[in-house]
Amino acid sequence: MAVPQPVLEPMVPVTAKVLGVRRETPDTWTLSLEPDRPGLPAFRPGQFNMVYAFGIGEVPISISGDPARPERLVHTVRAVGAVTRALAGSRPGQVVGLRGPFGTAWPVEEARGRDLVVAAGGIGLAPLRPVLYHVLSNRADYDRVVLLYGARSRAELLYRRDLERWRGRFDLDVLVTVDRPDARWRGNVGVVTALFQQAAFRPEATVALVCGPEVMIRFTLLELEKRGVPDHRTYVSLERNMKCGVGTCGHCQLGPVFVCHDGPVFRTDRIRDWLGKREP
Amino acid sequence: MPARPAASRSASPAVPAVMAAGDLGQLFSALTTRGYQVIGPTVRDGAVVYDAVDGPDALAAGWGDEQAPGSYRLVRRRDGAIFGHRSGPTGWKRFFWPPELRLWQARRMEDGFRVEAEPAADPPRRALLGVRPCQLHGLLRLDRVVAGGPYPDPRYRAARERAFIVAVNCTEAGGTCFCASMGTGPAATAGYDLALTELVTDGAHRFLVEAGSEAGRAVLSGVPHRQAEKDEVAAARVLLQKAAEAMGRRLDAGGVKELLYEKFEADHWDRVAERCLACANCTSVCPTCFCTTVTDATDLAGGRAERRRRWDSCFSVDFSYIHGGPVRASVKSRYRQWLTHKLATWHDQFGTSGCVGCGQCITWCPVGIDLTAEVRALRAGGERGNGV
Repeated sequence: MAVPQPVLEPMVPVTAKVLGVRRETPDTWTLSLEPDRPGLPAFRPGQFNMVYAFGIGEVPISISGDPARPERLVHTVRAVGAVTRALAGSRPGQVVGLRGPFGTAWPVEEARGRDLVVAAGGIGLAPLRPVLYHVLSNRADYDRVVLLYGARSRAELLYRRDLERWRGRFDLDVLVTVDRPDARWRGNVGVVTALFQQAAFRPEATVALVCGPEVMIRFTLLELEKRGVPDHRTYVSLERNMKCGVGTCGHCQLGPVFVCHDGPVFRTDRIRDWLGKREP
Repeated sequence: MPARPAASRSASPAVPAVMAAGDLGQLFSALTTRGYQVIGPTVRDGAVVYDAVDGPDALAAGWGDEQAPGSYRLVRRRDGAIFGHRSGPTGWKRFFWPPELRLWQARRMEDGFRVEAEPAADPPRRALLGVRPCQLHGLLRLDRVVAGGPYPDPRYRAARERAFIVAVNCTEAGGTCFCASMGTGPAATAGYDLALTELVTDGAHRFLVEAGSEAGRAVLSGVPHRQAEKDEVAAARVLLQKAAEAMGRRLDAGGVKELLYEKFEADHWDRVAERCLACANCTSVCPTCFCTTVTDATDLAGGRAERRRRWDSCFSVDFSYIHGGPVRASVKSRYRQWLTHKLATWHDQFGTSGCVGCGQCITWCPVGIDLTAEVRALRAGGERGNGV
């Protein structure tokens, strides 16, 4: 009798080598990973992987690299728990596990020909960076592009080199604000929604992508609505506890959706009723 | 999947067969010679549980049960009925979606680690004998969740596709039963290979047998049987009709989805939370509750790691934990999540109710919370308590 062959199951990770680790902020690191197995499905901006630290556990982390370079998977990890601390502390040459890519993507195709507003709070910039890479590689496909980004302080801004490079472009508005300025800060102070005053976009021709803490998401959606962007053209990315990533563990349920496979990216009008609820 | 076994097992309009109760042993033989391990109701720890049974003698024959909110008692029956009991605490999902399962192991190597998936799914061929129609609907709904999406669970699917199902229609309703309200019983309508209706009259003890699949017809052909008489078919119909009318509980399922969406902020959830212990008994006995978690562990030397999947419950506070705290910190929000999922959001996700009316969550709730009463209270305005 033939020896039973291991089956490739959605719950079984593939290994990936850590190529580089970059410290972004005091508690956040960016890992670039190269899967040992070639031919994994390419990711779309907004999707996530389940990332496994040997013997410790697995967490959902959005993919924040360039979708044109899918062979290198970039993950920005904030060290807040056992798994994320282990991942953040990994060194080049170490190996982690990966399952994915899972979930829905930002509507970069549907947004073609329109203005694009990208609003991010804190580590919420991580799942949006692939959108910016994609848009800047295909800049002619989009009209005005605005990035609104808020962080608690200057030290907590992610992707500083990208931000500085993007701010040097003449075809992209980059508006950055912090809650707590230090003496060297020369930019905006306050919440992300305050940046809308400076943002030049045509609400009726805009697609807006929003990710950040849920309170930031709620207020940003209100601001977009106030400015006349219809909620079927605004999208949000949500965070929930996830154990499987494939819609069978139940942990990420939010009302009638599983955030792992109906999301994490949702068109706002399809999820709006559940965003303002307490303990949904 | 699940479309598959369900579709290939639609009930045929053929005349039912009749099998003598004394020939149940022949059914066991017909199943075991086809390589099936028979799982059936048997008495253990003061309850009817489902486990491997090697013959009719191991079945919970002659036993009945009395079920009420927070109460379950075995009672002796006078009529010697073999399937004279109702759903029990163990359910059938464990045979396909086990309480705990190792998914894979990993071995630390010089250059990292290697993941070793568990060997390919090769589950035993199981014949489930005595599956109540509500529980059968539970399996069909579980099929949809864990094997009907873009990432079907391979082990679940393999075990399900190999299973042979002998449903037993319910000729008596229990104190917490409400399958008639949910359209899931008391007679099985799909998803079975054979369906039995037990007839115990005037010393004649027999089963009306309906085949729901080719596999069912093949097994039946190996068991002594004859065509049913008209009065036997009529007698079974009367019993099933009476059972439907004698349900211990009732749930007005009309508009219940909209009701729960409307009542998301109702005060009544606070009243439930005053009683709910968040113990997760209900989710463990529910035939459709599927939630799991994973645990990762290493050996002491740290050279080997493994991941296990085990049942989890939306009633645990850690269930929804993300950095900063759980999404559903209060018991109120967790009970609301569970009931709203069963009766409302399940419809939006999977096209059916998540509740099959088996009543086990009522029976096994240590404080006797009765979802049919909670729905009534929510409908009435959300201010009344249990037992309304």
